[in-house]
Amino acid sequence: MTALAALIRRDIRIALRVGGGALIGVLFFLTVVVLMPFAVGPDLALLSRLGPAILWLGALLASLLTLDRLFMADHEDGSLDLIAMSRTPLELACAAKALAHWLAAGLPLVVATPVLGLLLNLDMVATGAVALTLLAGTPALTFTGMIGAALAVTLHRGGLLMAVLVLPLSIPVLIFGVAASQAAIAGPLSFGAPFSILCALSLVSLVIGPFAAAASLKHGLD
Amino acid sequence: MSLIDLANPTRFLALSARVLPWLAAATVILLTIGLYQSASAPDDYQQGATVKIMFIHVPNAWLSMFVWGVMSLASLGTLVWRHPLADVAAKAAAPIGASFTFLALLTGSLWGRPMWGTYWEWDARLTSVLILFLMYLGLMALWRAVEDPSRAARAAAVLTLVGALNLPIIKFSVDWWNTLHQPASVMRMGGSTLDKAFLVPLLVMAVAFTLLFVTLHLAAMRNEILRRRVRSLQMMQASQKAA
Repeated sequence: MTALAALIRRDIRIALRVGGGALIGVLFFLTVVVLMPFAVGPDLALLSRLGPAILWLGALLASLLTLDRLFMADHEDGSLDLIAMSRTPLELACAAKALAHWLAAGLPLVVATPVLGLLLNLDMVATGAVALTLLAGTPALTFTGMIGAALAVTLHRGGLLMAVLVLPLSIPVLIFGVAASQAAIAGPLSFGAPFSILCALSLVSLVIGPFAAAASLKHGLD
Repeated sequence: MSLIDLANPTRFLALSARVLPWLAAATVILLTIGLYQSASAPDDYQQGATVKIMFIHVPNAWLSMFVWGVMSLASLGTLVWRHPLADVAAKAAAPIGASFTFLALLTGSLWGRPMWGTYWEWDARLTSVLILFLMYLGLMALWRAVEDPSRAARAAAVLTLVGALNLPIIKFSVDWWNTLHQPASVMRMGGSTLDKAFLVPLLVMAVAFTLLFVTLHLAAMRNEILRRRVRSLQMMQASQKAA
């Protein structure tokens, strides 16, 4: 337990310090959201209707872009091999690393949502709904994305290949995240059903992600 | 003769060379029978002649999922038993599966235009099959991105097994959500709702398509083995030249 806690503490500290780059994700999120009014026009009514979708897409892309930090730096300086050789099961170590990554890179996205909601003319309820769905959904993005990050580090290929592999897996999260926010804002459907499915997706990815990432690390590292 | 005996690629090549002509002949015969029966099946009282798209669409859709299932088994073979032919099987199946999925989407779209009034609808069944198609393409990109086949094989195996989660979602999407796509009508509790005049040709076509897949898959596996041999020979030659 102490090993895992130390791992989490270490990862968060590295992510927040110089060269960690966790907060660049938030900056990217802000940039994507600011780009949207230029693309669709500064029509506030339209923006508030598209708002949840824009925020979700921005968060999805931002969390995708920060993912290659998850294993890459550790692989380069050799600490990933130490983690793989340690007595802590690799699955748990992967889960701990993903949790740290979510705390450093995923949670700031959720915190930034209310500010970005203002830019998109979202009211209180809508902003709250989007923030809540992002809070429930971003762990799923991190934990499924971790599989792609592990593949990228074992194949020495990142970037586009990882995006192509990870994005299809994150489509269900996007669907139910946006559906739940829309339901809370306007929809005739209830908020509970899509939100429960979103939570279920997060829980499933919490189980699948570490095992798949650990499997690809175990078989891929040499 | 067990699965482990086939681990020797030479033995596999010899055996598959003997089996392939018979499989190909059986495929052609069954496809001919199936296509004839489909063409002579009666028109539906509501859908008219367009119902015949079903005989192509449904086997393609079944095969798109079946191939991913085969790839998942092969991936288990790669990761658990390190069977040397398992990754060849997985790699060879991906483009075939992608083709079946594409054909299922295409024929479904052509069928949807007269029946639903639209080529495409973002409902659960169509979306999940589209995701399946994207995952096939992603896998093929992964295979192409890495030079070392065994390294690519293990990565692709992990991804295939994760992607297998999509299969039950596709299968049950029509039951879980209110979709435009009709619910299961052939393989369901309490027997098929399909009339015999349609069911028999459909089943013949399904068997024919499965045989088609097996034939193509075996041929593709043979090609892949030969391709790897050529590759290792070329590398040997190159290293000799360098020395």
